[in-house]
Amino acid sequence: MVEAVSLVDVVKRYRRGKESVEVLHGLNLVIAEGEFVAIMGPSGSGKSTLLNLIGGIDRADSGSVTVSGQRLDQMSEAQLTRWRAGHIGFVFQFYNLMPALTAAANIELPLLLLPLSSAQRRARVAAALEVVGLSDRARHKPAELSGGQQQRVAIARALVSDPPILVCDEPTGDLDRQSATEVLELLNFLSERQGKTIVMVTHDQKAADMATRQLHVDKGKLIDKEYVA
Amino acid sequence: MKYFPLVWAGLTRKKLRTLFTFLSVIVAFLLFGLLQGVNAAFSQGVEGAHLDRLVVQGKVSMTDQLPLAFGTRIASVPGVSGVTYGTWFGGYYQDPKNNIFSFPVDVASYFDLFPEIRLPVEQRAALAKTRTGAVIGRRLAEKYGWKIGDNIPIKSTIWTNRDGTSDWNFQVVGIFASPDDPSLEQRLFFNNDYFDEARSFEKGLVGWYSVRIDNPAHATAIAQAIDQLFTNSDHETKTVTEKEFTQSFLKQIGDINFIVSSIIGAVFFALLFLTGNTMMQSVHERVTEFAVLKTIGYSDRAVLAIVIAEGLMLALAAALLGLAGSSAAFPLLESVVGVPHLPISVLGLGLFYALVLALVTTLLPGLRVARLNLVDALAGR
Amino acid sequence: MWKQALAVTALNLRTLPTRVWSSLVVVLGVAGVVAVVVSVLAMVTGLIDSMQHAGRADRAIVLRGGSDTEMSSTLSRQSVLTILDAPGIRHERDGRPDSSAETVLIVSRPMRNGGTDANVTLRGVGLQGLALRPEIQLAEGRWFTPGLHELVVGRSAQKQFAGLELGSHVTMHDTDWTIVGVFASGGDVHESEILGDADTIMAVWRHDLFQSVTVQLESPAAFVTFKDALTTNPQLSVEVHRETDYLAKLSESLTRVMNLIARVVGSIMAVGAIFGALNTMYSAVSGRTREIATLRAIGFSAMPIVVSVMIEALILSLLGGTTGAIVAWALFNGHGVNALGGNFSQLVFRLTVTSALMFQGIVWAITIGLIGGLFPAIRAGRLPVTEALRAL
Repeated sequence: MVEAVSLVDVVKRYRRGKESVEVLHGLNLVIAEGEFVAIMGPSGSGKSTLLNLIGGIDRADSGSVTVSGQRLDQMSEAQLTRWRAGHIGFVFQFYNLMPALTAAANIELPLLLLPLSSAQRRARVAAALEVVGLSDRARHKPAELSGGQQQRVAIARALVSDPPILVCDEPTGDLDRQSATEVLELLNFLSERQGKTIVMVTHDQKAADMATRQLHVDKGKLIDKEYVA
Repeated sequence: MKYFPLVWAGLTRKKLRTLFTFLSVIVAFLLFGLLQGVNAAFSQGVEGAHLDRLVVQGKVSMTDQLPLAFGTRIASVPGVSGVTYGTWFGGYYQDPKNNIFSFPVDVASYFDLFPEIRLPVEQRAALAKTRTGAVIGRRLAEKYGWKIGDNIPIKSTIWTNRDGTSDWNFQVVGIFASPDDPSLEQRLFFNNDYFDEARSFEKGLVGWYSVRIDNPAHATAIAQAIDQLFTNSDHETKTVTEKEFTQSFLKQIGDINFIVSSIIGAVFFALLFLTGNTMMQSVHERVTEFAVLKTIGYSDRAVLAIVIAEGLMLALAAALLGLAGSSAAFPLLESVVGVPHLPISVLGLGLFYALVLALVTTLLPGLRVARLNLVDALAGR
Repeated sequence: MWKQALAVTALNLRTLPTRVWSSLVVVLGVAGVVAVVVSVLAMVTGLIDSMQHAGRADRAIVLRGGSDTEMSSTLSRQSVLTILDAPGIRHERDGRPDSSAETVLIVSRPMRNGGTDANVTLRGVGLQGLALRPEIQLAEGRWFTPGLHELVVGRSAQKQFAGLELGSHVTMHDTDWTIVGVFASGGDVHESEILGDADTIMAVWRHDLFQSVTVQLESPAAFVTFKDALTTNPQLSVEVHRETDYLAKLSESLTRVMNLIARVVGSIMAVGAIFGALNTMYSAVSGRTREIATLRAIGFSAMPIVVSVMIEALILSLLGGTTGAIVAWALFNGHGVNALGGNFSQLVFRLTVTSALMFQGIVWAITIGLIGGLFPAIRAGRLPVTEALRAL
């Protein structure tokens, strides 16, 4: 099994005023390539923190964080920023699209960081749009799209530079049942057919059920539920 | 540039707000162009002054006239390579409001000393031959539609003719251009002989002498030498460089520099506030968007650059429009400043200020988002 | 309606602290406009004041025909005698006409600041020249003695030029003159001049021509008789003006230019301020969309909302306008200004920020506030309630 993500003895503290609160207490976790993992837990349990560490937008106070073979805990802020482009795709609960840009322009954003010609960028954007099934909505602005469609555009943006891992924070949290199902099926497809590793934080049990593995985080500790094939 | 849509998106987020800010900047730079243009045009007169020419006036008062005989004595001072003279005529055409800058001069020498007046040789000869002849600048000719051969009646507020009237008649025998100093194209020159003979008082006297010297470095020494010639005479002189002469005249008009600078200062202060506020608001509203860019992999520097680029685009485009507007309106001011075009230096200065405006208003918010804590920003804190 | 409007306005103002920077933009912008307009117009007021103060409707000035100012005028002694024979002039008990034949010269002296030379007017007055002008009061020293090389200098001239203190010596035309007195005349045009005895000055300068004759008329109405007598006299070619008219004309072009500057610059700045105000008010309205919609849903009608936005805009601009007017007054009122006067010499006059001017400034402020608040106010009133309530 190739390891996509490996956390060893990870400790993370937060400073709230003068107080220092330990959110993750020596957490250990291994995620294999191609897994679709759902992380659940009550508020304040540290699941979002865990996601942030895996995504490289936060740094652990101690322990090792290895993603796609790279030791994130040994990287500086600047190195992490550069690493994120192309290695990680983010999907947020509230989509976080730029309202003034079209769907295609939104999707193109990560590609602007790479030395590609505009023709190459256009091709990749088109491909990403096709994967999420929104080729006919390329010129629409987010305000003209439904919630589900916006989330799919966000997923296309996360995919466009072909990262091996997708990190999703409550991706269906703001969607109605049908849109949520569409999005989850898309994530499933990406995991099964495209071999993407997906780490998803969610409140929604139905969403978690679509994953191949469910983890629970409580008070900074991991509780592994059984492997769901 | 490939990042253009991103920068543009930032600006068009709130179209009205960007539009109003944009318009305010245009207005500010329009005003800047006009005011600073006037200021610069006035000081251009000082800068453009020939360093190799001196002006000899009456010491006590500039209206004290000097004898014609002084000419040869001045010419004999070592270092002097040319002497000519002129007198203030105080002319107007029909209505006293129509000022004509007219001067009786020594035709033989005047145009040698003022080579910036491009008068064709044959026209100069015609002026020498025609007693009542006059040569006029191109702009003056255009203004009143005068052509060579026309008879023009000019009145003088100071000098009366032999016939007892203030009417003086001239025949246009030449039209000159002076591209190096366009203000000269408003002038009229005529024969001092005609003037001196026909005027009813102060005969044999001239208003001032213009002296060309061989080496600008010797200006002070030569000026002193000239004045020494005439100390203790009935007409003591004061000789200064042309530049000094213009400068002191300008100083008299009033502290234009101070007034213009104060107004421009007040305008820019208010503008800084307005644009700064717009930028702060705009960036503040988009913290999450910038955070997303950073998760995607945009570096701190890239995010800062995007914010600065927004400010630059806004400020430079608006400043250019404002300056263009002032440039278009400038010819209307020609009667006040004598210069038909906005000095290039003003454009340069304006663009520089626009740059400063952009940087000052975007640096703070830009640095804030560049340095923001990703986790907090994404969580909405 | 007004009760509702005031209630909404109170609500708006309570949330103002959240919009403090944006609101400051309006205040600053309007303050700038008003300060500039008031200052420049104060210069005009000061100039006109100083010019008119010196003039009286029952005094007249006579110049050579065709001259626009004293500087370009010449009158022979013979002409002067003829002029003094005209009807309408008030006479002393001993029969002398109340008049002063004067010579006006400009003299180059170094200025106090910078030391460069500038022109100051030297006026030689007749024996009654000072008595003719009761507004000229001796402040220091004494009047000059005719026949001696003595001068008196006006306060304003003394302040602008170096070396004109009481007792100092000035060399002009190879002659040593002593300053024996300093006078004040309410800051009018004469206070920027140096005065001496006409005959004495003309002797030293070897001129034989006067520039003007100033006379005291029997009454303001006597002007017509006086003027007609002179202009119909075939031996004379003169211009006759009431002193007030003459002085007004002297400053005419300068006044006109400054008025133009005030209005043009002020208008351009005002346009900019309006854009700033529009920006702020639109932003204020859009930031309170849900609040406004809620109010509408509760039952407030559109008008009070519109009015409340206008009131907020007006309050901000009034604040700015008052600040600007006060700044102009504090910084510039009474400040001496140097400018080129009608005689090609330095004229000193004081900037006068009158309450009328400050009021004018406030009017500018209100105009900006009204225009800047109008469109956002209308938008606030037209807000579709349900849409706004549904908005995020």
